[in-house]
Amino acid sequence: MTIATVALVSIGAHPASGRARRAEQDARAVELGLQLAGDNLHVLHAGNPHEPALRAYLGMGLEELHVLEQAHGADALPVLRDYIREAGVQVVLAGSQAETGEGSGMLPYLLAEQLGWPLVVGVAQVESIHNGVALVLQGLPRGQRRRLKVRLPFMATVDNAAPKARQSAYGPATRGVVDAEVVEVIVDELSTVGVFQPARPRPKRLKVIRAKSAADRMKAATAKATGGSGQILKGLSSEEGAQAILKLLIEEGVVR
Amino acid sequence: MSDIIRRDPRAEWIARNRLHPLHAAMQPASASWMGPNGVLRKNVHGLGFIGPNGIKRIDRSGAQQGGTVKRAASEQVQLPLHQVPAPAFYICVVPDMAGGRLASHDRDVLGLARQLAGSDGAVLAVVFGECKETAFARAGVDRLLLLDSEGYAPEQRVHDLRAVDNQFAPRHWLLPDSRNGGAELGRRLAASLGQRPATRVWQIKDGTCLGRAGAGLQDLAQPLPRLILAAAECAEPVSETLHEALPVQLPTDAPRCLPRIEDLGAVAVDPAATPMAEAEFILSGGNGIKDWGLFHRAAAALGATEGASRVAVDDGFMGRERQVGASGTWVTARVYVAVGISGAIQHLQGIGGCDKVVAINLDPGCDMIKRADLSVIGDGAAILQALIAAVDNWRKSARRDAA
Repeated sequence: MTIATVALVSIGAHPASGRARRAEQDARAVELGLQLAGDNLHVLHAGNPHEPALRAYLGMGLEELHVLEQAHGADALPVLRDYIREAGVQVVLAGSQAETGEGSGMLPYLLAEQLGWPLVVGVAQVESIHNGVALVLQGLPRGQRRRLKVRLPFMATVDNAAPKARQSAYGPATRGVVDAEVVEVIVDELSTVGVFQPARPRPKRLKVIRAKSAADRMKAATAKATGGSGQILKGLSSEEGAQAILKLLIEEGVVR
Repeated sequence: MSDIIRRDPRAEWIARNRLHPLHAAMQPASASWMGPNGVLRKNVHGLGFIGPNGIKRIDRSGAQQGGTVKRAASEQVQLPLHQVPAPAFYICVVPDMAGGRLASHDRDVLGLARQLAGSDGAVLAVVFGECKETAFARAGVDRLLLLDSEGYAPEQRVHDLRAVDNQFAPRHWLLPDSRNGGAELGRRLAASLGQRPATRVWQIKDGTCLGRAGAGLQDLAQPLPRLILAAAECAEPVSETLHEALPVQLPTDAPRCLPRIEDLGAVAVDPAATPMAEAEFILSGGNGIKDWGLFHRAAAALGATEGASRVAVDDGFMGRERQVGASGTWVTARVYVAVGISGAIQHLQGIGGCDKVVAINLDPGCDMIKRADLSVIGDGAAILQALIAAVDNWRKSARRDAA
C-alpha cells in the first residue's frame, strides 16, 4: 500500500523557554505518517531551510526533508497549495496548531477549502485505506473515539489524541538531507494589522455574589452543599430505584 | 427578604394607635358581621398571628392587636426583561451545547455577545440538533434559531451557517474556541466565508481584541474581525437581565449538501483507560460498599469509569489514582453516580464540576443527598444488582428494536 502521503511540519517553541524545537503536534503527524506510509512519507516545510530545529524531524528516521524556502512572515498557504496540487498527493497530515506566530490553526482548513478536499479534524488513528476510501478514528474530548469514512484524497489534522511521536536521534538528524526549493514570496497581511506582545497573565475570575442583604451574602459564603432541589426516592424497591437511575443515565446518553 | 414569617411590631403599634393615619388599614378583619340573609357570619381564621416558626398563635390575653398582615415572602428575584423589538443588527453565536445544554464556556461567549450587541443589537443563538436547555432567556439570548442536525456533519452545519449568514447578515460571528466542536466549526466557517478569524480571544476592549498566539507565550492584538473564536472566561455571563429568546426560522430550508465525511458512529473505548479527570461517566464507591466484586461488575455493565472516596482507597479496595476529592482527582464528569458515599466536604469539592450527580445511600440525611440531583435511599448492593439487570434488559430490548 503506497499512498502518496505528505506531512506538513513547522518549527515549534518550547512552552517554558521558548527555544526552537520540533513542534509537538507536527511530530505526531510525522509519526502517524510513518506508520501509514513508512519510508514513502514526504515531509514538507515552508520557511527557513537552515533552521537547526528542523533536523529533529530528520532524526525520526527520515532520509529527506523538503523545504519551500520563504522569508519570515511570508504566507505559506499559496505555495503549499500549488505544491500539493502538482504532486498528486492522496493524504496530507498536519498538526492542528502552530506553536509560533499566530497559531490560529487555520492553515489546514484553508488548504482543504482551496484544494476542495474533505478535512478530518483530530485524527487518532488511520484504520485502513481501501479502494480510495479511508476509515479513520477521530479523537473526541473525554477520551472518546468516533469512526469516520472519508474518500481520498483528504486532509487530516492530528492533536494530542494521536500516537506519541518517536524520539529524535542525533545521528540520523545530522545525516538527513534538507532539500530546499526557492519559491515566490507572498507577504501575509497579518504582519501589518496585528501586534504581537508578550502574553499577559489572564485575570482570575472572581466569584461575585450578588446578594442584596448581609444575611444573603453570609448564606452564600457559608453554603455547604449546593443543589438541594434534587429528587429523593425513598421507600422504593431496589428495582424501581434502579429503573429511575437508568432512566436518567439513558436521558443523559451515557449508557449505550 | 427572608422566608421567615415574623411579627411586625410597627404594624401592631399602628393598630394600637387610634390617631395614626394608617390605623384603619391595620385593623384586623372584623371577626363577625351580619350576612345578607340576617344570619351572623363569623370569620374563624382572622384570629391570631403567625409566629416565627410559621405556626399560628392566638393570644387570648387581649394584649395582641393587629399585626396579622403577613408579609409576602419573595421567592424568585424578578430580573428586568431586555427586549429588542426591531434589532438594528445581529450578533450570531453558535454554542457547543455539549450534552444538549449550555456549558459555562457557552455562557461566557453569550455574555461577550451581549456586550457587543449593546441595546440596539440582538443576540441570535444558532443551536444544532436536539437541545435540552430551558434557560436560554437567562443566558442572554434574544433570538433563537433551532436547526436540525444528526451525528457528525460539519460540512452540512457550515452550509446551514452560510444560509444564516445570508439571511441575517450578522455583524459578528462568535463561537467558543473549544474542543467540543466550536473550534472546528468556527474555523470551517471562516475558511468557507473567506474571512480571517481572531482565535483564542480572551479580551475585547475598544474595538481591539486580544487573543493568545502560538504556544501561549505571546498575545496577538488586532482590530476586531467579523469572526471571533473566544476562549473560556472571555467575558462575564449574563446574570442581571432576562431576554426574550424568541424563536426565529430560516425562510427556506438550506439545501442538503453531499457529505464527503461519513459518520460511522462512536467506537467503544475502554472506560478504565480514560483518565479520571476527563471521564464522562463515573461510578464511584465509598464506605457503604461491602461487595467490591459487584461494584466492578456494575461499572463494567454500565460502561462507567470507576472512582472511589478516600475511605475506600485507604482501606485498600481501590488504587490511589482512583480517589475523587480534594486530595485526589477533581473530576468533571457529566454524570457521577455515588454509591455508599456520605459526601465529606473534600469529596464534594472534587465533584464540584459534575453536571448530574446520582446518590445511592442508606442515610437520607447525608450531605451527598443534598448535592445530588437524584437520590435513591436504599441498600447499595441490591440497587447495583438491580441496575445490572435493568441495563442488560434495556440493551437486549434495544437490540431487538434495531433488528
